[in-house]
Amino acid sequence: MSAVIEAHHDDHDHGPAKGITRWLYTTNHKDIGSMYLWFSFIMFLVGGVMALVIRAELFQPGLQFVEPALFNQMTTNHGLIMVFGAIMPAFVGLANWMVPLMIGAPDMALPRMNNLSFWILPFAFGMLLSTLFMESGGPNFGWTFYAPLSTTYAPDSVTYFIFAVHLAGASSIMGAINIIATILNMRAPGMTLMKMPMFVWTWLITAYLLIAVMPVLAGAVTMMLFDIHFGTSFFDASGGGDPVLFQHVFWFFGHPEVYIMILPAFGIVSHIISTFSRKPLFGYDSMVYATSSIAFLSFIVWAHHMFTVGMPLAGELFFMYATMLIAVPTGVKVFNWVSTMWRGSMTFETPMLFALAFIFLFTIGGFSGLMLAIAPADFQYHDTYFVVAHFHYVLVSGALFSIFGAVYFWLPKWTGHMYNEGLGKLHFWLSFIGVNVAFFPMHFSGLAGMPRRIPDYALQFADFNAWSTVGAFVFGISQLLFLWILVQTIRAGQKATTEVWEGSEGLEWTVPSPAPYHTFAEPPKVA
Amino acid sequence: MEDRTGQAKGTVLRLVLGGAAMFGFAFALVPLYDVICEVTGLNGKTAGRYEAAPAALEPDRSRDVQVRFVTNTNAGMPWRFGAEQGGMTVNPGGLNVAMFYAENPTNRPMVAQTIPSIAPGRAASYFHKTECFCFDQQVLMPGEKVEMPMRFIVDRDLPEGVVTISLSYTMFDITDQASGRYALEKALATKSAPAAKASGDTGAAGG
Repeated sequence: MSAVIEAHHDDHDHGPAKGITRWLYTTNHKDIGSMYLWFSFIMFLVGGVMALVIRAELFQPGLQFVEPALFNQMTTNHGLIMVFGAIMPAFVGLANWMVPLMIGAPDMALPRMNNLSFWILPFAFGMLLSTLFMESGGPNFGWTFYAPLSTTYAPDSVTYFIFAVHLAGASSIMGAINIIATILNMRAPGMTLMKMPMFVWTWLITAYLLIAVMPVLAGAVTMMLFDIHFGTSFFDASGGGDPVLFQHVFWFFGHPEVYIMILPAFGIVSHIISTFSRKPLFGYDSMVYATSSIAFLSFIVWAHHMFTVGMPLAGELFFMYATMLIAVPTGVKVFNWVSTMWRGSMTFETPMLFALAFIFLFTIGGFSGLMLAIAPADFQYHDTYFVVAHFHYVLVSGALFSIFGAVYFWLPKWTGHMYNEGLGKLHFWLSFIGVNVAFFPMHFSGLAGMPRRIPDYALQFADFNAWSTVGAFVFGISQLLFLWILVQTIRAGQKATTEVWEGSEGLEWTVPSPAPYHTFAEPPKVA
Repeated sequence: MEDRTGQAKGTVLRLVLGGAAMFGFAFALVPLYDVICEVTGLNGKTAGRYEAAPAALEPDRSRDVQVRFVTNTNAGMPWRFGAEQGGMTVNPGGLNVAMFYAENPTNRPMVAQTIPSIAPGRAASYFHKTECFCFDQQVLMPGEKVEMPMRFIVDRDLPEGVVTISLSYTMFDITDQASGRYALEKALATKSAPAAKASGDTGAAGG
């Protein structure tokens, strides 16, 4: 181990290697961060095309474009790719880039494992996507892959899906170990835990969640593998197993997983709001405690996804109240963000617009979550478009908007160039309008009873669905504008200063723009 | 930096062990789930064979409980499977017998497993079976039909609010899982001689 570090030490004066090997062999946190971000952007476009196939089919009642079999594969893979291929790697990419810069470390603690955990991902998702071209078709059982749909009735390609999940999970666990090891051991002298930037704090907690639940997911798919190929009966009722057990194991992973996709967003938004309000973050300590409370609560609320499986009343009540409790720390966070803006000298650059939209729209998603938490009401909402509206509000206008905001916020630091503010704002407004036109009507179609994951629907839902489709296409196409803005900024653009933003605070704004290949070889002093 | 690496090693080791422990925890959830369901009767899960103490077998004539039988065959299971009567009224504490039947209408030997479930779930731990076909697998030759008694006791401590108990049975085709297993070979071997006669009888009766 020490030999590795030592070899790396000698490297310090060299720039990046040339050609493809730079990317294959790199152990540099900035290179790996960039690869994670590009990978997640490609997956975002692939998953987005699947979403547009779904929305095109649902534009009108009846079957127009795709067969139900393909529709099922599109809903399943859209979910899997967006969760495991787009949102999660994007956050890991941001952590790779920013955590060492924010804590004054020269690199991640385990640079070679960092390379491995990235390079596993293209194989995992290559394997998953290849199933779409197989005779049996790809996974078609929903991203939650409930047994026995994913075991007894699964397409033959399910084994590829299982190994893809294993690989993606291994990558996440390695990434999480690396991030924790970096944060706990490589902070600059003087940076105590309670002086860490908010993004670092939220990622530290997220990484612990990952280590706690990704192995449970691996266990669940391993049990599926055994049921399918080795004659066990974990989830097979005829052999003494229980399909409901699958749902318990899955959601024991699944609920912390949704916080894995939102906690880093809380960190990002805290930085952006404070920077563009030109005030320090209000209630830093309470932010840390709120994040920890949310992480803890995420482990004891999983069965609110399963209110309709036939739980006893005591179970329904416990999971209902525990779920509602999450609104308290989340409310603390929203209060702190609003208080940070209070009497601040606010300006509204693109990152700030995304952060403000995050607060507003994520809160809407939180409220619909509270509605879903009410067990008796959930019997009505369960598996309808109301649920689809809820989780797209928290994941698209929540997690994804925070990632957009983060990219605009730190892009000048990464590339040394300012992005085109006018185009950035255009991208924001198109995304904001597109998201709301796409997902707001789903609340109503869901409350009226439209079931999710079905390629056809009753006539009375036609108008809502037509609007949703128009919104989805506006949102989808405006992401090509985002790609254009990125390319334009990387290739040219106004030179960015070291501080980039007038109100910027933190170690990452003390290194030049673009950030040199090696930073903080000598740890900075933190007062 | 070297001094920091030593610390990182310890952190990494702890985290790797933590991850491995959580992988184990996923599998620990399986027996944990079974135990919790059995202890609390959640999920309508009934316990195994009940050994009744004779003293406990005093029927409480002041109380009637409806027991309803629901029988289903799982998708793709061609057997005829049902209860002789749709339900019965019993006294808690008394020993009761209900008759079920199963018939294999196909032209190949098949193996079945029946899985019980009780509703409401809170009655599950008060419903005791002293004999049930669900404790075993059924091997039926082509055309063979069997009558299967199920003996049960409704516990005297059944909560007051429960006046009706539904007992649901789902029959699964497990021929594929069972074939090649020692148990099936043995069952078929011991059965094949009388079964040939039995199927002959059925044929004659049918004729």
